[in-house]
Amino acid sequence: MLRIEARTTLRHFELEAELEAPAGTCVALAGPSGAGKSTLLRIAAGLLRPEHGRVTCGDEVWLDTASGRELAPEQRACGYVFQDYALFGHLRAWQNVAYGLRRLPRAQRRSRAQELLEQFGIGDLAEARPATLSGGERQRVALARALAPQPRALLLDEPLSALDARTRASASRELATVLRDAGVPALLVTHDFMEAAVLGDRVAVIDAGRIVQQGSAGDLAAAPASAFVADFTGAVVLTGMAREGPDGTTLVDLDGGGVATSTDRRTGRVALSVHPWEIALEPAGAYSEGSAQNRLEAEVVTVTAIGNRVRVGLSAPQPLVAEVTGAAVGGLHLEAGVRVAATWKATATRLVSL
Amino acid sequence: MIRRRWFAGALFGALALALTFLTLPVVAIFVEATPGELVGSLDEPGVLDALWLSLRTTLTALLIIIVVGTPAAYLLATRRFRGRELVITLVELPLLLPPAVAGVGLLATLGPAGLIGGAIEDAGIQIVFETVAVVIALTFVAAPFFLRSAQAAFASVDRTWLEASRTLGSSEARTFLRVAVPAASPGLLAGLALAWGRALGEFGATLIFAGSFRGRTQTAPLAIYERLGTDFTAALALSAALVAASAALLLSVKLLSGLRTADAAY
Repeated sequence: MLRIEARTTLRHFELEAELEAPAGTCVALAGPSGAGKSTLLRIAAGLLRPEHGRVTCGDEVWLDTASGRELAPEQRACGYVFQDYALFGHLRAWQNVAYGLRRLPRAQRRSRAQELLEQFGIGDLAEARPATLSGGERQRVALARALAPQPRALLLDEPLSALDARTRASASRELATVLRDAGVPALLVTHDFMEAAVLGDRVAVIDAGRIVQQGSAGDLAAAPASAFVADFTGAVVLTGMAREGPDGTTLVDLDGGGVATSTDRRTGRVALSVHPWEIALEPAGAYSEGSAQNRLEAEVVTVTAIGNRVRVGLSAPQPLVAEVTGAAVGGLHLEAGVRVAATWKATATRLVSL
Repeated sequence: MIRRRWFAGALFGALALALTFLTLPVVAIFVEATPGELVGSLDEPGVLDALWLSLRTTLTALLIIIVVGTPAAYLLATRRFRGRELVITLVELPLLLPPAVAGVGLLATLGPAGLIGGAIEDAGIQIVFETVAVVIALTFVAAPFFLRSAQAAFASVDRTWLEASRTLGSSEARTFLRVAVPAASPGLLAGLALAWGRALGEFGATLIFAGSFRGRTQTAPLAIYERLGTDFTAALALSAALVAASAALLLSVKLLSGLRTADAAY
């Protein structure tokens, strides 16, 4: 369990946050640029000292400003993946990985580094210099390097943002596997809620130095605690297996039950996203003649007014959220416990490979 | 068309004039005496001594500059503190100081009646007019060249590399040795070449602070000056040796800065 508590003054606001990542889980710290995400990560790693704070990992105290205890970054044993990967340009790929293997006798470092690179599928690039590697290859070297010393926690700063859109999907899939297998607490920073939903077991949304809500991505989208979280989460995210459907469409068998249709062509595991304002609500059981191809029965969990809209949290096998007008709330008698059907068009349904 | 050709002609003319003016004296050194005469006069007493002394004193000065200058430049490049700009200016000041002024300044500091020279002499240590004075003078005039390039070289090392090294279990000292210095090495070596070039050509400060005693403080430039009137061929031979050293240094600076731009492209 990695635990961070910090209070410190930043340029535009006060950072005041508490965060916990249990062993084996990845907490995605999501928020807009300049919200203090990276600052929190740097505090955890010891690269920045907060005015007040306490960082513990398991039974080790890494920082406690109250008692004046502070371990240097090199004593904390946390793997850090930097935003642009920060690979040492003067060293070859295997030397980058071997750099942190100081506990091993010199003779074993090279073979261990080679082994790790092979695990990441880039064993043949061991002799390459970082400058000659592609973005995806650099990311793998950076991950291998961070994991090599068997860190007690893993910190990742926007690990996918340096990649182009095509590489990002496969890199994200690999990263999810790596995080699952690492078995240590992981803290991942991202400004993209979709990425947070895909990679984080839990998502913590941070805004202007404060963590405004924590929970699963589905919970956050379905029951945002504030208008900010509602706006930030944006789309509803569901997961499932995609297969070919009729007329060039894709059918997605949703985890937990239900089928959705999309005009995006994908196969295999996918994340499906749809904007809450694309989802219409109608009484359960009453089939309409509309053009919406997707229909899921659900129970209303929350009804939250956000400006002139009303956000309706729904409990289906996976949480859903719809945004409707105030008039619709009255017409459908929307309140917690009421059963409704959520419908939306296949053309409003985006698929991302996992 | 004619107008343009006229202008192009003017450009070429200017370059030809500059090239002739800047290379002719160098060529003349090798033409005035036959190669045989040049090599022969290296045998004259004192000539080889002067070259050997130049080599020893410049290398000693460089060693001091590397050992003290590298960490100092790293500090200036990586930390922000009050008065940093002032410190940088003070450290670079000798770049613009006339060599004669440097010599007088060193005398006023370390001379028998100087600021701390008296105390040093009382301790039984002789500096002025000894070889050690040459090394001090060379270090004084050449160090700023190295400090300047080393500071720029360290500043251009990606800060996240240094942080990555720390999170990978390396102390600040190991990070300096294993990441910062290798990553900055093209710039460090270029700075070293510049400092060496400046030290090899040093004349005024050495003459004033160390004097010109054969075998003890008479470096190659001082030996050239002494032989001008008596043995012009020996002066030419010493000059030729220094030209060769300068050319080798210039070439290595070019090669190293080429390396550095190749690195920066990444």
